[in-house]
Amino acid sequence: MSTEARSTPGTADSDARHDVQLTVNGVPRGACVPARRLLSDFLRHDLRLTGTHVGCEHGVCGACTVLLDGAPVRSCLLLAVTVSGHEVTTVEGLGGPDDMHPVQQAFQECHGLQCGFCTPGFLTTAAAYLEENPDPTEDEAREAISGNLCRCTGYQNIVASVLRAAAITRDRQATFGHDTPGVSRPKVAGRPDEGGTTAGAGAGA
Amino acid sequence: MKPSPFAYTAPSSLDEALAVLAEVGDDAKVLAGGQSLLPILSMRLAAPAHLVDINRISELAYVRVEDGGVRVGALARHVDVERSTEAHTVLPLLRQALQLVAHPVIRNRGTTVGSLAHADPSGEMTAVLALTGGSVEVVSSTGTRTVPAAEFFLGPLESAVAGGELAVSAHFPSFPERTGTAFVEVARRHGDYAMCGVAAAVTLDADGAVVSARAGYISVGPTPVLLDLTAAVSGASVTAADWAAAGELAQSQTEPEADIHATADYRRHLVGVLTARALAEAAGRAA
Amino acid sequence: MTTRLFGEPVLRVEDVKLVTGRGHYLDDLGHDALAAAFVRSPHAHARVLDIDVTGALDVDGLVAIYTYEDLVASGGAVADRLPLLIPHPALHAPRTGYPLARDEVNHVGEPVVMVVARDRYVAEDAAERIMVTYDFLPPVVGVAAARAADRCVHEDVPDNVAAHLKQEVGDVDAAMAAAPHTLELDLSIERSASMPMEGKGVLARWDAAEGSMRVYSSTQTSTSVRAAVAARLGLPLSKVHCIAPMVGGGFGVKIMHPWPEEVLVPWAARELDREVKWVEDRREHFVSSAHERGQLQTVQVGFDDEGRLLALDVRFWHDNGAYTPYGIIVPIITSTQLLGPYKPGAYRVEFWSLYTNTVIVTPYRGAGRPQACFAMERTMDAIAESLGIDRAEVRARNFITPAEMPYDHQLTFQDGRPLIYDSGDFPASLDKLKKLVGWEQTLAEVEAARAEGRRIGVGLACYVEGTGVGPYEGAHVVVESSGKVKVATGLTTQGQGHFTVFAQIAADELGVPLADVEVVTGDTRRFGYAVGTFASRAAVMSGNAVALASRKVRAKALRIAGDALEADPGDLEIVDGVVRVKGSPAASIPLATVAVLSNPLRYAFDEASKAATQFAVGDTSGPPVREDDEPGLEGTDYYSPVGATFANGMHAVVVETDPETAEIKVLRYCVVHDCGPLINPMIVEGQVHGGVAQGVGGALYERMEYDENGQLLNASFMDFLMPYASEIPHIEIDHLETRSPLNPLGIKGAGEAGVIPSAAVFASAIEDAEGFVITAMPISPSELFELRRRHVAGDIPSLRRAGSQRAGPDEVVAQDVVEAQTNQEKPT
Repeated sequence: MSTEARSTPGTADSDARHDVQLTVNGVPRGACVPARRLLSDFLRHDLRLTGTHVGCEHGVCGACTVLLDGAPVRSCLLLAVTVSGHEVTTVEGLGGPDDMHPVQQAFQECHGLQCGFCTPGFLTTAAAYLEENPDPTEDEAREAISGNLCRCTGYQNIVASVLRAAAITRDRQATFGHDTPGVSRPKVAGRPDEGGTTAGAGAGA
Repeated sequence: MKPSPFAYTAPSSLDEALAVLAEVGDDAKVLAGGQSLLPILSMRLAAPAHLVDINRISELAYVRVEDGGVRVGALARHVDVERSTEAHTVLPLLRQALQLVAHPVIRNRGTTVGSLAHADPSGEMTAVLALTGGSVEVVSSTGTRTVPAAEFFLGPLESAVAGGELAVSAHFPSFPERTGTAFVEVARRHGDYAMCGVAAAVTLDADGAVVSARAGYISVGPTPVLLDLTAAVSGASVTAADWAAAGELAQSQTEPEADIHATADYRRHLVGVLTARALAEAAGRAA
Repeated sequence: MTTRLFGEPVLRVEDVKLVTGRGHYLDDLGHDALAAAFVRSPHAHARVLDIDVTGALDVDGLVAIYTYEDLVASGGAVADRLPLLIPHPALHAPRTGYPLARDEVNHVGEPVVMVVARDRYVAEDAAERIMVTYDFLPPVVGVAAARAADRCVHEDVPDNVAAHLKQEVGDVDAAMAAAPHTLELDLSIERSASMPMEGKGVLARWDAAEGSMRVYSSTQTSTSVRAAVAARLGLPLSKVHCIAPMVGGGFGVKIMHPWPEEVLVPWAARELDREVKWVEDRREHFVSSAHERGQLQTVQVGFDDEGRLLALDVRFWHDNGAYTPYGIIVPIITSTQLLGPYKPGAYRVEFWSLYTNTVIVTPYRGAGRPQACFAMERTMDAIAESLGIDRAEVRARNFITPAEMPYDHQLTFQDGRPLIYDSGDFPASLDKLKKLVGWEQTLAEVEAARAEGRRIGVGLACYVEGTGVGPYEGAHVVVESSGKVKVATGLTTQGQGHFTVFAQIAADELGVPLADVEVVTGDTRRFGYAVGTFASRAAVMSGNAVALASRKVRAKALRIAGDALEADPGDLEIVDGVVRVKGSPAASIPLATVAVLSNPLRYAFDEASKAATQFAVGDTSGPPVREDDEPGLEGTDYYSPVGATFANGMHAVVVETDPETAEIKVLRYCVVHDCGPLINPMIVEGQVHGGVAQGVGGALYERMEYDENGQLLNASFMDFLMPYASEIPHIEIDHLETRSPLNPLGIKGAGEAGVIPSAAVFASAIEDAEGFVITAMPISPSELFELRRRHVAGDIPSLRRAGSQRAGPDEVVAQDVVEAQTNQEKPT
């Protein structure tokens, strides 16, 4: 019953391609993909940014978490085409080996990872959290990462890593008098926090 | 786990969206936050022919205090509602409930109106709409209708939004003076859908006696359940009220079912316990 | 002296890559590969009548569809039943599945048709359109149904019994009859699963010109996958290589092999002469990768007035799922590791391994030990309860003492070798645990809390874990002419920090900086002989092999340097990559230069290598490479132990249960752990944390919810409740470091330890909090609520120690009845 496919010319309308243009880690990137392409797949396979990992594809594990206009979101629960025109930060955009983001440095220092598969989602989540909450308690740090699954670490060292990252950030600011040097990353977008009645950029409109 | 193919439209205005929906009708799904829709698509539990993405309709991205309550546009994310100080001032129940909706990362993207339209009877916001006596504004190319909460939830994952229609906003009325609210739930893990959840509102008179005690429930029926429990505690002070009696009254009026996480009896037991807890907490805030 | 790295909490060398998104896992490779997807059985038990692919043929981007018939048509062994990896005489009715179902499916998720397409989206489109017609057969679901055997999984195995094994030491019947006290326990434990964050995956590259195959697999054993692929595809071993890239967790499920996809993907790559990749999605993982844990157990125990074991008679029924490719390793481990740190008196254990129409059961971290520990520790608690003795004290009275080591249980362990504990100090471990948790004080606090109407309980559990089983592992160590040290070992890594700890060992042995050492694992191109990563064996096996290979290299380096420095090798030392004369550091030669000199050259390739060319070398008295020598500063060695080395640990947990909602909250979790000398305490503690977290999941949250039709109802992370950080307590750890006499480094394995006592320790604590007996795990709030109702109704006995303080009048009556049933006093 070995079956080679019949060739069918043309592409079905329903899988028509769309031009998706994003700013990823500060760099304009684009590709032409079907509407159904998940942002996680778009980043990993179309843009070949494989630092973002896929653990469940139903939005529960958090491994695929990236920053969309600065706010953490599940990239497996977004269509790439939906977020065309927006900014995305992946783990690669937090920092590289020579200019690690405080959360990256802290995860190494505190043994906050083992197999490393879930780690990118924790890093992006923690980085965004610390932008808004620079000095969390241990309970708050635990709460901050409690939407991400890790099967290796038991979370204890991840909690320690979040606290350590906060300390590293403070140390760097004390030393350099400003935000992390050499690390280019977007700020978490402003939320309509103080009496705003209209959701602005934060709504991803 | 990849979605089936679909035709895709991303209108940039409400009019455009309604025109598209009128054209594609029943074969279409509306994509807002997508936090419930995308897993369904990826698991191929649904395969709509057409996806109408409303994420570019910025006119729907608002949280406003109006008409004695809070109006939430279809593109307001949970986080926008949760963090709105104005909304919190007039209706603290919104934030009380939203803090229990999944995890913050999901709330960054998921929309409040979308979760209502999804009509999952485990969704916290369905009970909030029911308890506040709120409504959803549903628009199509042929007109607008305002659907009260009692008529909006038709069954599990079934709302009153018909093919060709778009739920453009939800209105959550505020409670009368001297009303306190609370949202209490028991979930297996932090952030999971609750095995039972109770939104409660208790109103006191000027002397501190209970004049109204009502509760909305999630995960105990095919749609959110709204109960008036005033009879059990009417006239009592906050400290003297027999909240457990209100819980028993609630138990007598709910028929929860079993699933893999909870037996029906356990759910019914939780209805009693959580009703008492939620009402007591709400009453404490009313005082 | 160079600082010794062994024992230091050295930061992991692999982490910079991993935290910056530069680790390469399976699906990060092969971007241009075709994608495979599978049509899997939606039924637990059915005959396959017909497969109609016509609806899929129009799918744009489809490349190929394969069924069992196509595998047969291609010739060779690819269509054959998958191998029985570990045969055993007691496994009298082994059955394995086909890579693609032939005519029958035996669990939901069994692969039936393979689709290859442009990408995974398209492959799923095509798979969805393939119509398979089934004739339903009645499914067997659950251990009890399998044991009842009203229906069977395999037609020719009517009693569903794949294996039956009995071991007995001493005369159990006589000892039981003579025992002053006996108790019986009926216990059950549910399925969970390894559930690594990265599922399985296979990428195959066929080189038609070379006739060679390169397979990447997210596996725990690349050497054995390589051998299986070569055998199934009829290729010479030398033409097949297998590489485990970065692997996103394994926990046992990836030691099982070859998975159907590990055979089919390389086969399809050769058929199509295209790169083919399959990446398991989460739903597939739930229904086609292995589970573990499900057992029903009965224990009869005889003991004296002091609570000392006189006779232990255990029978259990093990759910092995639809097939037995991994043999009966899991129940063998249960049956032998059940004894924990205790002397059992006479011991008899008998098990039946049963077929069910569910996913296969192969080792998941702990591998039968959590069930074993549950049986033994429930028994210890029952004895303590029955005699009114402190639970810690009963355990202490039954310990094997350090003076009795090595201790021979006279049983056969999972490696086919005698079960002999090599070392351990159980009384010291218990003392440490009691101190860590504050045992007496905690017991007092529990009582005080009860008086306030709170339900707090404390539990403890002890285990012994056979680690570092053979047959062997090896390592290759080479000092390159740059002075950099390259270490390769064949077993694989899934996050345990091997790149760091093996580098620590090599750096210590060779006297080089850690940064100069690079470790490669799981790549058959670099090291071809290996077994795999399982049974907490990697550090013991490859760690010792790396030490031995490094020692060979060191000896050679000292000999060559001795010649160059005209010194006795015994007078030399290596410090920071420089060989020097002890006490006279000016007389020295860099290890890099020694490496150059080790390889006599005709042709110089750089400045340094000139020193080794034929006109530069002074000594012409013998051949450039001596008769007993080889060129290069390298060495290979193997470590092969006579038997396992036995680690141990003891856990205590304090829980509080909500009197109303029956929610279970962990207040404290304490661990004392003895895996011998710690190579890297930071990494060992990380292993313990992770194990405990999986244990908490297994005890309180996770289970596989099959319905009576064999449908897995919770095949998603929405409903299979792996704990988040919010569900895991802070874990307090103390260590003992009792050396193993068996291996050069004195070490024992640590990987599985944390998970082993969880079901037991939580049952002990919840029982303590609730005041009635707990016999089944895991336990959810809903189940606890139902148990409370049954307790109040008198269906579940109260604990004797709870009777005075906690039981109402109804409960006291119930307690008396049950005592009469279970605590049968005998005349002595």
